Amino acid sequence: MSAVEPLVGAGGAPAELLLRDVHVLDPRAEIDARRDVRVRAGTIAEIAEPGSLAGEDGQEVVEGEGRLRLLPAFFDPHVHLRTPGQEHKEDIDTGTRAAAAGGFAAVIAMPNTEPVLDSAPLLRSLRDAAAREARVRVGFLPAITRGLQGEQLTEMAELREQGALGFTDDGKPVRSARMLRKALQYQRLCGGVLSLHEEDPTLSHGGAMREGAVSTALGIAGIPSVAESTMLARDAALAGYEDARVHFQHISCADSVEALAGAKARGFRVSGEVCPHHLLLTDEHVRGLDTRMKMYPPLAGEDDRRALVEGLRAGTIDCVATDHAPHARDEKEVPFEQAPMGTTGLETAFAVLHTELVLPGVLGLGTLVERMTAGAALFGLEPATVAAGRPADLALVDLDAQWVAGEEGWHSRSENCCFAGRSLRGRVLMTLAAGTIAHRDRALALAGAA
Amino acid sequence: MNHLLSIEQLARADIERIVSQAERFAEVSDREIKKVPALRGRMVLNLFYEASTRTRSSFELAAKRLSADVVNFAASGSSVEKGESLKDTVLTLSAHKPDAIVLRTPWAGAAELVSGWCAAAIVNAGDGKHEHPTQALLDVYTLRRRVGEIDGASIWIVGDVAHSRVARSNVLAFQRMGAKVTVAGPPTLIPREIEQLGCEVRYTLDQLPEADIVYALRMQHERMNEAWVPSMREYASWYQVNGRRLTPSQVLMHPGPVNRGVELSGEVVDSPQAVITAQVEAGVVVRMAVLYEVLAARGAHAPEARPAEPRTPALPQQAVGSGLA
Repeated sequence: MSAVEPLVGAGGAPAELLLRDVHVLDPRAEIDARRDVRVRAGTIAEIAEPGSLAGEDGQEVVEGEGRLRLLPAFFDPHVHLRTPGQEHKEDIDTGTRAAAAGGFAAVIAMPNTEPVLDSAPLLRSLRDAAAREARVRVGFLPAITRGLQGEQLTEMAELREQGALGFTDDGKPVRSARMLRKALQYQRLCGGVLSLHEEDPTLSHGGAMREGAVSTALGIAGIPSVAESTMLARDAALAGYEDARVHFQHISCADSVEALAGAKARGFRVSGEVCPHHLLLTDEHVRGLDTRMKMYPPLAGEDDRRALVEGLRAGTIDCVATDHAPHARDEKEVPFEQAPMGTTGLETAFAVLHTELVLPGVLGLGTLVERMTAGAALFGLEPATVAAGRPADLALVDLDAQWVAGEEGWHSRSENCCFAGRSLRGRVLMTLAAGTIAHRDRALALAGAA
Repeated sequence: MNHLLSIEQLARADIERIVSQAERFAEVSDREIKKVPALRGRMVLNLFYEASTRTRSSFELAAKRLSADVVNFAASGSSVEKGESLKDTVLTLSAHKPDAIVLRTPWAGAAELVSGWCAAAIVNAGDGKHEHPTQALLDVYTLRRRVGEIDGASIWIVGDVAHSRVARSNVLAFQRMGAKVTVAGPPTLIPREIEQLGCEVRYTLDQLPEADIVYALRMQHERMNEAWVPSMREYASWYQVNGRRLTPSQVLMHPGPVNRGVELSGEVVDSPQAVITAQVEAGVVVRMAVLYEVLAARGAHAPEARPAEPRTPALPQQAVGSGLA
């Protein structure tokens, strides 16, 4: 139904590059080998045996030495760019710079802004802003219900015509099953994915972290894991009943993984995402009451964390999403219970997952790359692929590079990253997004043109 | 010790040192002139974000007995109501250079957070539902005076454990001192996995006679409106500590204020088994010891332990003077 291209970015000069002797890894294209890759006018022009291509006039040559990895650039189906209304936290420029620095060529922005993205005029103005400012392409998910109030559907059909990829009330659940069911039915007219934040507010009521031994020791009201899993199971059943296409956001516990697996086994058109922080951190990290560890869903127990890793490995959970949620320093420099929920994640996602899951052998690098690019297809978009004739959506990565998260500052306007201070291995040196160089690490700043 | 933030951060030796110091200050309280100059010239700031009469006045009295200057700052009616953040309030008040800040807030971890923002010694007077360490210390002190050591004693903490910072601090403090702790109350008010703090859990008072010490918690009427319990009547019938349930050898404690007829019956409140008034008395000397403890590292001097000599000044004047530098 969408009458316009759903992803929009500022673009830029089409890249002219020769990536010589890079190790191309693209599970979708079934390449895992050293290659020369030429990008001409922003398009992947040639893929050839290593050392076989020579630089052409005006082409920058990057020497991979058989060591640097060239990956399809990542896709993040869940970020908060905070525009309009909360530009002190982030805006389209800073948010997409952060995305590019993390190797992402496209992201999907959430609608819980001020005002809420719930009308076609607002969507048009945001797309115009993205066309001026976005370093990587941005897609939008407007709200399911007006003002995220859960009472009246947005004009979903018109929003789809204006480029909406789907709809979400992210930040809030669609509390009423009746309201959600209407949205699922209306999807037959307008299409688009319904992306759901699963939370039963009567169970999460007043909680600031996951319920368990740590919340009890700290005396902080807990959010039980069933606040998510029961709502997810309800919505999976509704999706199955209406044969609707539903995506579950930021899955955080074992019961939810099981409910998702059950829905998939029944042939329901459902998918799910998981965030790096839920894959790597637990409620033990909340003990120090560092507000960067406060997010929704809250960090869970170790059993849940393991179930999420296994769910991602097995493919029950389809993709990684950062839920990049910037907040200003003074908003987070408050007692834990007062702090807003959210952590930034775009700049660290690949490096933390590579360091903590790939290097210890828990997850294959190819699997990680697949899961970090799979989000596109879930929203009906062509996934990035390293293939001749395709637009250059590429991430050049040095897997051996060591760095400390946040040590050199952030591209994001905010610094509330739960991984700040961690020693990481694996760094994105260059990101090409829709054929333009969207990010270039200092390490590559002086690479000479041929 | 630079701050008193939680019982969790204290070792048994820390608790014993503070309680022993409180015992020395208790001698002072029996003298005709109750003041000692240990903290003369020091400023203690009471910063309270929650209503409190007992704890605040007890800290105030403790500071005054130690000859400190006291400033009370209540959040209501202040810049806080105009939207000032905790950090800004603390930084602003720090301009007055308080030596210690006694802090009560409705937020877990706030005392620890504030300890990173300013140079003053921070004393946690209650942070949300997390901890209330001076209450636990005064309870340990009260028990030491009443029953001696509590190694091996069985202590039951009864009532609304979920919403009680007193319960959390006391579970930890009593265990540090060697006691065996059981928490008991309606399942809706016993938080998940509290066994991991090392205590046992009971949902009835059937086994209450096995306790040496019974510590009843305050049951707030709001809990009924929020459906934590079906009614105060049913709560009282199952969980009230009364003459029928309490055996004559047991010691009864309560952090106050008591709801007579709810968590405690009137007869047990007034019985000689109850040490509730002793707890209140202990509040002042224990808080004196705490203020002394956190400021001692900064050059304060306390009276030596020695038999009471009512007319003798508690401190050699020189020592006090040296603390004023």
